Amino acid sequence: MSDTRELVLTNIRAALNREGPLPDSVAKSLQGRLTRPRPNLKPAIGADPIAHFIDKLQSVSGKLTRVASIDKVADVVAGHLQSFHLGDAIVVAPDPRLDGIPWSNRLRVERRAAVGDDRLTVTGAYAAVAETGSVVLLSGAESPTTLNFLPDDHLVVVRESQIVAHIEDVWARMRSDKRVMPRTVNFITGPSKTADVEQTIQEGAHGPRRLHVILVAD
Amino acid sequence: MKSTASQFKKSAGMALVNPDLQRAMGFIRGGFVKNRQAALARLPEFDELRRSARGIKEHTLQNLDFYLEAFEKRVQANGGHVHWASTPEDARNIVVGICKRAGAKRVTKGKSMVGEEIAINEALESAGFEPVETDLGEYIIQLAKEPPSHIIAPAVHKTKNQITELFHEHHVRYGYTERQTDVPALVDEARKVLREKFLSAEVGITGANFLVAETGSTVIVTNEGNGDLTNTLPRVHIVTAGIEKVVPTREDVSTLLRVLARSATGQEMSVYTTFSTGPRRKDDLDGPSEFHVVLLDNGRSQMLGNEFHEMLRCIRCGACMNHCPVYQGIGGHAYGWVYVGPMGSVLTPLMVGLDQAGDLPNACTLNGRCQEVCPMGIGLPGMLRQLRRRQFQNRQSSRTSRTALAAWSFFARRPRLYRRVMGAAVVSLAWLARGRGRFRHMLLAGGWTSVRDLPAPQGSSFQNQWRKRRQAGSHE
Repeated sequence: MSDTRELVLTNIRAALNREGPLPDSVAKSLQGRLTRPRPNLKPAIGADPIAHFIDKLQSVSGKLTRVASIDKVADVVAGHLQSFHLGDAIVVAPDPRLDGIPWSNRLRVERRAAVGDDRLTVTGAYAAVAETGSVVLLSGAESPTTLNFLPDDHLVVVRESQIVAHIEDVWARMRSDKRVMPRTVNFITGPSKTADVEQTIQEGAHGPRRLHVILVAD
Repeated sequence: MKSTASQFKKSAGMALVNPDLQRAMGFIRGGFVKNRQAALARLPEFDELRRSARGIKEHTLQNLDFYLEAFEKRVQANGGHVHWASTPEDARNIVVGICKRAGAKRVTKGKSMVGEEIAINEALESAGFEPVETDLGEYIIQLAKEPPSHIIAPAVHKTKNQITELFHEHHVRYGYTERQTDVPALVDEARKVLREKFLSAEVGITGANFLVAETGSTVIVTNEGNGDLTNTLPRVHIVTAGIEKVVPTREDVSTLLRVLARSATGQEMSVYTTFSTGPRRKDDLDGPSEFHVVLLDNGRSQMLGNEFHEMLRCIRCGACMNHCPVYQGIGGHAYGWVYVGPMGSVLTPLMVGLDQAGDLPNACTLNGRCQEVCPMGIGLPGMLRQLRRRQFQNRQSSRTSRTALAAWSFFARRPRLYRRVMGAAVVSLAWLARGRGRFRHMLLAGGWTSVRDLPAPQGSSFQNQWRKRRQAGSHE
């Protein structure tokens, strides 16, 4: 309703002692703040972002395995399936960066979005944040969001060069990559959890019970 | 929901003697308070970040119309819709209208305080939809038909046994016939029941922790992942948010995130921080095809620029209630509406009326802990005092307290008389106590003496002692 819109905006302006929108000169400088955003204070994280990322991820119960090359992802996934008795079906994001991984013949591999009873998914990340131990996933044809939330086990492939120090560096990287905001940007920091029953932390509330990052050397 | 803040005294009295509630409140002191302290200790820059976060919010509020319009423009450019609501009723009509047009039956919900503020569940139910809360805490209180008792831990007042019984009662119809008594089994049962709801809902409603003007994104932070299943699986995603939630850029959100989770649960980062920007794109394999944002005013524009302005900086972390001795004693329900603790004692009178919530500004010891721990440095005690002043001016406070205050002010403005009366009162009270040093009962102080003795004055008044000591000192 456009008259409600006017009412709300008029009330705001009246409260700010203004009769109409901001004068052009002020609006222009605010517009500049929007088009050329500047980072605020970033807390210090030490000299080694990779070590910091690993430390933070593990502190929130994320699992991490380092491998020397993308080929080795297959072994890590197979090992994960085995240790948690998850069967032999996996869904891998239709991400070209995950093409050519030598999956074992014993596995049933599908490349698609997730459905209700998928147990394990493998996705690629756009970035990872050392400061918080988060992996960052951008939705798109190559990275459907359901893969991040529906399965019991979510395995995320991250390259060392994708680790940035701070949250702001993700935005800077997106701008320099000319990536506009996709429908969803997910910062994922550990497995799903809840403390809603007597403040007892329980993993696997609605999202994945386990988050396993496979860190690939560049 | 209808406010019951007018019955504060009665509800608070009942809460104090409710053993289940008292036990549950103990978890807040052990959990949130301790974890926040530990998280702050790990981040030496916290105070500087807090100042920066506060500056961001203040800058945005000073230019609120500009940033809201910029946000709106970006949402529309991304293919989404923005709806403006001046009142809760406006917001309910908008949401119900969208659900009707979507041909929805089932509506999943992520946790949203604005959703509570506009009582959206009742509106959806009476329009024939099935609203399903999916945050575990919200789900528990939806089953119990209760309002939240904490803004980030809505079911903190519930004990495990109560949850066992609730789930047993409501989950039998889905074939879960056994009583689950441990936490993992309870959480798992809710996961299974709610998974079906997620997969079959046509509309998903979430709140927003932030709105980003730069990109037209809405941001939620959750730990369970329910918010993400709510905004990914249904065909329509609706976001309900207060107009004060907008901030300029993603960089600004980044700063605010650093103080939000630490202040709330003591986490450095919540598990899921999600930026939603418009509906699904042409090549996307999943995601909703409609994206709506409902912007709610409901009295917020009236707080802008006046003595309650700072309240609009609130990021709903809950630190004020976690550290409040009154909240810790009585829990959230006694406050009678959706916002509880110190921030609720300010917001409820402003949103539902001071005449309906007159006890709330007075249920405060003015110890200042809330302001101290508030990441946005909101002067809550000052605002509570301001509300008390308003009450007095509007003649809304009780006759007893008005008479007492008038009497005090009469004496306070006449220092010599004051000293003489106080001196006499001290002597006669000491005489009345007759060496016991305390009173078991005292007129006009029944609230105090019902649970403890009132200490009697020892000899002479402070001012008398002070004078004597000064005189003694001058002889040295």
